[in-house]
Amino acid sequence: MTTHAPQAPVLEIRDLHVDFRLATGPVHAVRGVSLAAHAGETLAVVGESGSGKSATMLAVLRLNPEPPCVYPGGEILLDGRDLLALPEKRLREVRGNDVAMVFQDPMTSLDPLQRVGNQVAEVLRTHRGASRAGARAEAVRALDEVGIPDPELRARQYPHELSGGLRQRVMIATALVGRPRVLIADEPTTALDVTVQRQILDLLADLRARHGMTVVLVTHDLGVVAETADRVVVMNSGRVVEHGTVAEVFETPREQYTRDLLAATPRLEPTS
Amino acid sequence: MTTAVPKTLAKRPMLELDGLSKEFTGPGATRTLAVDDVTLTVEDGETLALVGESGSGKTTLTRLLLGLLDPTAGTVRFEGHDLAVLSAAELRALRAGMQVVLQDPYSSMNPRMRVTDIVAEPLVTHDVTYRGRRARARLRERVGELLESVGLPARLQDRYPHEFSGGQRQRISIARALASSPRLVVLDEPTSALDVSVQSQVLDLLVELQRQHGLTYVFVSHNLAVVQRIADRVAVLRRGRVVECGETAAVLGAPRHPYTRELLAAVPRPDAYRTRTGSRTGTGNGGGTTGE
Amino acid sequence: MTVVRNRLALAALGVLALLVIAAVFAPLLAPDDPAEQQLLARLTPPVWEGGGSLAHPLGTDQLGRDVLSRVIYGSRVSLLVGIGAALLAGVVGAVCGLFAGFRGGWPDRILMRFADIQLAFPSLLLALAIVGFLGSGLWNVVLVLGFTGWVAYARVVRSEVLSLRTRDYVTQARATGVTDLTIMRRHLLPNVLPHLATIATLHIAAAIVAEASLSYLGLGVPKETVTWGSMLADGQLYLGTSWWVAVFPGLALMLTSLAINITGDALRDVTDPKAYRR
Repeated sequence: MTTHAPQAPVLEIRDLHVDFRLATGPVHAVRGVSLAAHAGETLAVVGESGSGKSATMLAVLRLNPEPPCVYPGGEILLDGRDLLALPEKRLREVRGNDVAMVFQDPMTSLDPLQRVGNQVAEVLRTHRGASRAGARAEAVRALDEVGIPDPELRARQYPHELSGGLRQRVMIATALVGRPRVLIADEPTTALDVTVQRQILDLLADLRARHGMTVVLVTHDLGVVAETADRVVVMNSGRVVEHGTVAEVFETPREQYTRDLLAATPRLEPTS
Repeated sequence: MTTAVPKTLAKRPMLELDGLSKEFTGPGATRTLAVDDVTLTVEDGETLALVGESGSGKTTLTRLLLGLLDPTAGTVRFEGHDLAVLSAAELRALRAGMQVVLQDPYSSMNPRMRVTDIVAEPLVTHDVTYRGRRARARLRERVGELLESVGLPARLQDRYPHEFSGGQRQRISIARALASSPRLVVLDEPTSALDVSVQSQVLDLLVELQRQHGLTYVFVSHNLAVVQRIADRVAVLRRGRVVECGETAAVLGAPRHPYTRELLAAVPRPDAYRTRTGSRTGTGNGGGTTGE
Repeated sequence: MTVVRNRLALAALGVLALLVIAAVFAPLLAPDDPAEQQLLARLTPPVWEGGGSLAHPLGTDQLGRDVLSRVIYGSRVSLLVGIGAALLAGVVGAVCGLFAGFRGGWPDRILMRFADIQLAFPSLLLALAIVGFLGSGLWNVVLVLGFTGWVAYARVVRSEVLSLRTRDYVTQARATGVTDLTIMRRHLLPNVLPHLATIATLHIAAAIVAEASLSYLGLGVPKETVTWGSMLADGQLYLGTSWWVAVFPGLALMLTSLAINITGDALRDVTDPKAYRR
């Protein structure tokens, strides 16, 4: 196993609470979650629907819809700076720049009316004040980096002209072009075919290695966790129920919930 | 409506697909061959898995074998009856024998109907004695039985679909599929939209129901681990063609087609961390370097 | 928030109920004969203005007819025309939209081409042409306004059906052997009804106004029938000097369409199984 230098984590969440004040009453989606992601590692956040894993991750950039979402407590520290306490204007400088996100559905996360290249370049133009031509060139380079063939052509196309796998690569390119320190990927491969999923996971691992990026991978698929993560946080009903290295969690799960999850995960048995 | 379909000749396969093709004409007269010369049989009581990724034609193929689309070429025979030569009324009557469970438990139910009426739709469609107000009590009783057979309390039938979780909805879908006592059930990715823990319960339920009712399944999936658990035989689809077909153990254990091998290799394995961390320390490739 | 909405809906329902009562019991409620002219009491202001009298609480028009009585009587024609036109247009539009959307192919192309052609015509011009051909009269006005309004319903229903028919539950129903007619009735119509209701509330209000325009041009209902539209038309000339002649029918018209719109919204919420959950 890789060992972690005893340095401060890049991203640390301390006792985070997230509530949704709905007309039908308040829903406590996240109830005191603490976790830490260190430089260059992949941290997997595992849980089923309703576990609060997505609300936790969206909270990092305060992207939960407000209202009805409120943050009654907790800290989200990026290099020691509390993002929850940051005014919206300053937070916007963090979004896409220091911390970038990739969502599950590449179909709805891309603007259907914008050329792919422009969407990738948008980050640079908003954060770096890059020139139109400069941002374009950089966007093409980013598309190339995530393994999109013929990036010049693709940059000029619209999202609907791309396959699901290519769209997810565009999403990743969009996230990476600002050279973020932390990439949060929320179920980035769930909507994809297995062969494409494999390619995207390989790509993420490769990019992480090349840029020393910290990846927080949100998923419900323990197979994906085993393939990519260094450490795992298991969430259930808005709480962290277990955390540790992949080997610890997979081999000696302490919680019944983790054991159930492991048992339920379909696995290919060797047949020959 | 209750046109009796004549009982078929002894011991033919339940479902025979012969040289089946479907071509779609898109905008600008572009043509795509979604299903390309597929020949398959499904025997009575077995589970045949159709495995493929998006664009493999598996959805089109299920719509063809259900008679919801007309093939460009080839025939579909269900219990010996060529779907293409049946009249509209005969085809409707035949549908009592083949039902389908679709992938998305959220869009597969009319949000404005109560569970009673959702589950009862096949009953009311195929059995006139269940129609009308006086049959209501008997209908509710039957729906209650069906719900209990899929592990849901009978009293939940007065609720609307949105009051159920994904897994519960999928159980309701299964109850509906069983309502007309079908011989064949097409399961179109029935568990892929569900959480893993729920997924495994639904699979168990499907296996149990098959045993109880002697059902024949056509199980569409992209998840080879699930397929391994439930299927007797596997047909691997790629670009509308069957590239490999055989016993599950043989296809998954000793795949002959490179595409099958690629699919197998792509499945994420819950024990992958062992080899990964092992290879990492062994070769020292950059994958796991942390910090500076 | 829901309480406020409920109160608003209740108030709207109350206004509509009052309106129906006014229309049905007009002869009992109206203080005067709406056609009776009192030339000596021409353009009497409402009771609270100087020179007003209790005999004519909302004043009189240029021929000395009692405005309150006329507003009460006018509700008959307005309601009949509004609801009748919306019903007619709704039924025709829904049937056309359902078939065109679900079946597709040539019936769809023909119907929608027809709808396009009709849309290209200014609807008032079309109404004028038809009234000119059929002759004026209450039922002809209903027919005309119904006929000129169906396109909106048909288009909305069709586009909604186009997306609904690919829903899994429709596929499922087809796979079960449910007939096309039953699918339209059971699975498509209930899901487009809320949209129909929304258009209908707008259409009722529009039809009431359109009837007013037709009456204004002298092509609506016969001159001797009181309608809000004809009152508006008459009153317009006196807006500068005797505002009450036009304002009261206008107010009635506005209140009615507002009440219908709010009721329509509330109706849509009530019929959605997801909305009234506690």
